[in-house]
Order: sequence, then structure tokens, then C-alpha cells
Amino acid sequence: MIRVCMAIVLRLMLLMMAALAPVMGAAQTPLRIEITEGVIEPLPFAVPYFVASDDAAASYGARIARVVADDLSGTGLFREIPSSAYISQITNFAAPVQFADWRAINAQALIVGAVQLSGQQLTVQFRLYDVFSGAEMGNGLQFNGTVDGWRRIAHKVADTAYARITGEDPYFDSRVAFVSESGPKNDRRKRLAVMDYDGANVQYLTDSTDLVLAPRFSPDGSQLIYTSYETGFPKIYVIDVGRLQRRVLDQSDATMSFAPRFAPDGRSVVYSLTQGGNTDLYTLDLGSGKRTRLTNAPSIETAPSFSPDGRQIVFESDRSGTQQLYIMPASGGEARRISFGQGRYGTPVWSPRGDLIAFTKQNKGRFHIGVMRTDGSEERLLTASFLDEGPTWSPNGRVIMFARESRGAGGRSTLYSVDITGRNLKPVPTPDGGSDPAWSPLLR
Amino acid sequence: MQNMSKYVGILTTQLDFRMTRFLRPVVFLSVLALAACNNAAGTSGVGAGGATAGAAGTAADPASPAYFQQAVGDRVLFTVDQAVLSSQAQAVLDGQARWLTANPDYNATIEGHADEQGTREYNLALGARRANAVREYLIAKGVAANRLQVVSFGKERPIEICSAESCYAQNRRAVTILAGGLTG
Repeated sequence: MIRVCMAIVLRLMLLMMAALAPVMGAAQTPLRIEITEGVIEPLPFAVPYFVASDDAAASYGARIARVVADDLSGTGLFREIPSSAYISQITNFAAPVQFADWRAINAQALIVGAVQLSGQQLTVQFRLYDVFSGAEMGNGLQFNGTVDGWRRIAHKVADTAYARITGEDPYFDSRVAFVSESGPKNDRRKRLAVMDYDGANVQYLTDSTDLVLAPRFSPDGSQLIYTSYETGFPKIYVIDVGRLQRRVLDQSDATMSFAPRFAPDGRSVVYSLTQGGNTDLYTLDLGSGKRTRLTNAPSIETAPSFSPDGRQIVFESDRSGTQQLYIMPASGGEARRISFGQGRYGTPVWSPRGDLIAFTKQNKGRFHIGVMRTDGSEERLLTASFLDEGPTWSPNGRVIMFARESRGAGGRSTLYSVDITGRNLKPVPTPDGGSDPAWSPLLR
Repeated sequence: MQNMSKYVGILTTQLDFRMTRFLRPVVFLSVLALAACNNAAGTSGVGAGGATAGAAGTAADPASPAYFQQAVGDRVLFTVDQAVLSSQAQAVLDGQARWLTANPDYNATIEGHADEQGTREYNLALGARRANAVREYLIAKGVAANRLQVVSFGKERPIEICSAESCYAQNRRAVTILAGGLTG
């Protein structure tokens, strides 16, 4: 009975959605999660092992199904039905699905796939079914790639299912740059690292010789901009993620530059420059090397982030006496304050959808990750701890990753993620400690 | 057959696995020798907090870096979120200015630091304010501006690691690190 009600609710949501907004092709089917609403019951789904063409392909069939299931379950919006509950098995990708067997175990979505291995080449096909209507959602898809990219193929499968069921843009096939941390607090070693969004495939881009901070992806995901103390002073570097070639930007002596981010068109960067103890914001045109000063005040101006259309910059300043958030035109000029709650606000980041600003808030000895609209209204705190800091947005603007440092002499920094509804707070696994996460765009 | 024919119109996505071109961990080129010197000095001064050993002598020698560090005092402390020099701090810096005037072979880098109660970027800027306050004071007391550099480490280099005010008070500091000297 509950299942029937759930299906009816989903149908109603679909009708409302269809009336309110034009959405993707998946909207014709009743299987749907509307994730901007309040608390929802996770949608039960099944992902049997992908059918393998031979024994060599079988291990990929099992592993791909596992990653797809973990991606979907990890959102908190879906609940995997364990294979031990299955009544029928999928042994032939082309055979008709016995929907009654999947309805009986309350699988509302069913993902069926096939894997072929030819040398180092992997071919993966899959179909997504709405079990209760007995219909396929969208067309079957095929992905080709080399075997060492099997996880990306799995993420692409999960992305497709997520997008078709939720109507949202996906985010599983993405990477996260971060600072890998080891050693005690008074001898912390930091290295630049990049991994898949779920913590797999960690790659280190630097050793721990020099202190490195806050990597940020270029809009195409091919480069990272970050701060390094290689010369003894903080300077901004750009590193090519694939080839590991790097160069310093804005080589001026005896000044500090830090907190860089790319503009959405990738042609310029915004950052902080400190001269005479005073920190202001600048942009640097990467083509011409021309530097433009955006702020000129004795206060601290730092942590800038562009709006997705590149026309505005949100940043933090203590010009009012405490750390607060401001928005100004990307060319500089008059800034308007947007944070007015209690406490201090820092590290603002504009959401990829353009509608929200994520930030770090300090109030009464606690740290929070929160979001507010770009006019400062509807502030919501998503987390609270001894020290939460440095939010970064998933490519679809649904999830925020940040760093949480534990208290005391044994304090350690760990990556966490949380849905922008405040649900589904969970650690992101890294080999050592982690800080300063930066989510990449969706890979292509 | 019907199923197979449905595949004719299927979208085929050819993935380009950029990640497979990653190289394994890379050891970067050594930094410039000068920078290495600065780093080494910074590490010993900040991390160990003890005497700087070396050819320049011991704390008994008033012209030695060890004397500067221990007898004169190489650091001043700040209150929360402030870069104002207390009278106690000014007394220490008066001693630093006299020492630097008497020992013109030495240059100095002033490192500004913050405690962990703050966001990373803000603390970098705050540490720079503190280091600059020390630099301005020393210049006002007669030390040549071109002998004094500043750098901020924000909250990246605490010397005390508890999460309590007793430790935070020691971490909100500006440390004057000597460079050069008899070898220069």
C-alpha cells in the first residue's frame, strides 16, 4: 500500500513539475524524484551485475554495477535493493525483463547492462526501466572506452540514470582537487592531489616539499590554479593536470598573492595580492598579462569567486569591522554587502546554477557551512562543528564538499559532503587527511 | 533481433580518458638555493623555537642570531583578530631594532601567523597585517626598509597545537627570522 502511495506521490510530483517547468525527455514517465522538496523516502532500485560476454568481462560487469549502485545510493535519494533479495537474475541483456519479479521486491527502478571486452577495449550497454509501468526510461546507451577507464563508464551510466529520474544535471563523472594532509598539526605536510568525486583514483600532483593551498579547476578541467610557497612566499601557480607542467603567474617580488580562481571563460583569474600588509583583489588577463586592481581599501579583501556568467564577483572583506560577504561587478567598483546575520562570513563560492552563494560562517565559537541567495536572503546553515571550512559546489549545484577539522592536539582535517538541503552529510574517503576541496566541472 | 535493431540509433559516447595520461608522483626541481636558505631559517625558527646553532656563535655572543632569538626576543604576540602592537611587543621590537642597527650584516624576514580560529584566506591576510605592523615599527626605529621582508603563513604553521586560548595566544605571532650575517 505504501508502495502504491509512493508511486502516486511521484506521479503527482511529475504532473506538477510538468506544469511548472519544461524538463528533459524523462518527464513522460512516472518514475521521478523531485529533490528540491522536503524530506523524501529514498527510491528503491536494483542494479544486477552487468551481463558479461565472457569470463574476462565478468569482473567488470560486477564492478561497474557496484559503482553505479554506490553512486546512486550515495546521493541519499536512492536505496539499493541487495542482490540477495532478487527473485530473477538478468542473464541475457536482450531478453524481455520479468517486471513482476522486480515489482515483487519493490524495485522501482531497474538498471540492466551488458559488458564486452575486446583486448583493452570495453563496451558497455545499459537500459533503465521504470519497473511499475514496465517501460524503459529513455533509450539504451552504449559507452566505449579502455579498461582502465571502467569507473568513468560506470559513473556515466549512473549519471544517466540520475538525470533521467531526477530531472537534474548529473555529477558523478567528475573529479575533485584537494590538498592531501599528513603529519601532526605543528608539522603538517601538504600535497596537491586529484581524485574521482567518490575518492577513487587519487593522483598526487606535487610532493610535500613546499606548502600548497587551495587548488581550483579551470573551466575546462584541464588545469588547476593554486598557491605555493615554493619561493618562500605565497605565489600563484597554474599546473596542467594531465602533463603536470606548471608555471608561476604574476611574478612580482616580495609580495604575496593567493586565493586565485579562474573566470568562467578561463581567460582571466581573480585573486588577492598583499602589499604593505594590505590585501586587495585583482584580476589578471592570462592572454595579455595585464593586471587590474579591483579594490583599493585598507581592509582585507580576499576569497573572490565569479558568478557563472562572469559578470560579478562575490568576496569577503572586513571593511565593516568584521569579515562579511560582498558582491561587486567583475570589473570592480561599488560593492554591496549581502551577509547580515550574526557572526563572521568567509570563503563565498557562487553556485554553478547562479542562484546561491555557499560560505563558511563563524559564530559563537562554531563553524558552519551555509548557503544564501545572492541578495543575502534565505540563509540556511547546513553543518556545524568545531571547524568546517571552504565549500565547493558539485557541477550540478546539488551537493557541497568542504573540509572539517577536528579539535585538539590530534586535530585532523577530513573532506565531507552534504546535500544543499542539509541532508546526507558524510565523509569523503581520502588516503590521508584532506582540505581545500575543489570540484571539477562534469567531465566530457 | 528487435532489441538489436533498437541499438542502431543509439547514442555512442566515446570517452576520452584524460586521467590515464597522469604521471605518477613527481619530484619537482629543487627550489633556488636562496629560497632554500630562507625556508631552512624559517623552519628552525618557527618549528623548533630553540636556539639557532651554527658558526655565528651562541647566545652568549651578543652579535649572534642565538642571542637575538633568546635574549632580545624574536617574536611578538597579538590579541584575537588584531594586528596592533602592545606595549610589551613594542619593547621587544625596540630591542630588535637596536640589534639590527648594531648588526647591519643581517637582513630579516618577518613571518606573520594566526591561530586556527579563522578561515584560511582571511588568516593569510591577517598574518600579513601583523608582519607588516612589525616591519613598519622597525623601520620607524631606524632599520632600513630594504633589509626587512614580510611573509604570512596564516594558520598553516602553529607552534602550539592544543585547541585552547593558551595555545592560540602563542600562535598569533610575528617572528623575525634573520638571514645573511657573516656568510653573506
